[in-house]
Amino acid sequence: MAFRVFTVIGRDLLRDTAAYSVGIAVAGAAFAALATAQGLPWWITWAMSIFVYAGTAQFAALGVAAAGGGGLAIVATGLVLNLRHIPYGLAVGHLYWDRWWTRILGTQNLLDTTTAFALAEGDDRRRAEIAYWTTGAGNAVAWVIGNLAGMFIGGWIAEPETLGLDAALPAIILALVLPSLKDRGTLLAAVTGAAIALATSPFLPAGIPVLLALLGLVFVWPRKGREREEAPR
Amino acid sequence: MTWIDVAVLAVGTFLIRLSGPLLRGRVDLSEETEEFLKRGATVVLVALVATSSVMVENEWAGWALPAGVLVGGVLAWKRLPLAVVVVAAAATTALLRLGGVD
Repeated sequence: MAFRVFTVIGRDLLRDTAAYSVGIAVAGAAFAALATAQGLPWWITWAMSIFVYAGTAQFAALGVAAAGGGGLAIVATGLVLNLRHIPYGLAVGHLYWDRWWTRILGTQNLLDTTTAFALAEGDDRRRAEIAYWTTGAGNAVAWVIGNLAGMFIGGWIAEPETLGLDAALPAIILALVLPSLKDRGTLLAAVTGAAIALATSPFLPAGIPVLLALLGLVFVWPRKGREREEAPR
Repeated sequence: MTWIDVAVLAVGTFLIRLSGPLLRGRVDLSEETEEFLKRGATVVLVALVATSSVMVENEWAGWALPAGVLVGGVLAWKRLPLAVVVVAAAATTALLRLGGVD
C-alpha cells in the first residue's frame, strides 16, 4: 500500500513536498511562538491556524494587533491580503470540484504554493490533482506540527528572519512558476504585472498590488477564443 | 484579537477561496479560457514573489532578502531540486544578515 502511494505520487513530487514542508513547519512554529509571546490564548492561535489557514494573513493579523489595531483593522487587512485566492481558485478550482467533501477540503487547501505546485504540472490534469493534494497534505501536517512546536519552544523561533525563512517561500514559488515563463505571452504579462505591483506597493495596502498585476494580462487577452470555439470540430 | 475577529476572518477567507471555482461555473471552459485563467494565477504568483522579495510592510526589505530569492531563482533556472533551491535561498539571506548586510 505504502509502495503504491509512493509510485502514484512519484519520487520527485514527494521530495519537493518534503523540502517545502520543512519551510512550512518553521513558519508555523514562528507564527505560534509569536502569537503566544503576544499573549494570544492557545485556542485562538489554533483557531487561526486551522480555520483561517493562511500564513501571510495570520502574520499580518498579529502585526496589526501588535500595532494596536482593532478588530475591524485586523479583519480588513487579512481579507484584503487573501483576495489573491480568487484568481487562484479560478485557475485550479476544477481540480477538486468533485464530491462535496473534496470541494470543502480543496477550498481550504487553496494556497499560494498548492496553486503553484498544481500549475507547475502544466496540462496534465491528473498530475495537477496529485500535486495539489500531496503538497496540500504536506502543508497541513507541517503547519500543525510547526504550530505545536512553536507553542512550546517559543523564544528564538519567533524571529525566523535570522534563518532566512522569508527568502525560502518566495524562492519556492519562483522555482515553480519559472518553467511557465518560457511562454512569451505569460512572461510579458508576468513581468508587466510584477512591475505594476512593485510600483504600487509603497502606496497601497498589501494584497492590492498583486491583484493590480492582473492588468499585465492585456497582452494575452484571448481574442481569437470565440472564433475557434465556433469552428466545427 | 477576539474570537469574533478570528471567526469573521476565517469565514471571509473561506468565501474568498470558494468564489474562484463558483465563478468558473460548472460548464467546461474552452482551452483558451482555461489557459488565460492559468496565466492569471501565474501573473499573481510572480507579482507576489516580486513584492515579497523587496518589500516588508510597504518598505524596502534590504538587500539580504532579494539576494536570497535571486540565488534560489538562479538555481531553479539551472533545474536543481527544490530542496537545494530552498536551502540555498534561506542560507544566502541568513548568512548575509549574520554578516551585517540587511
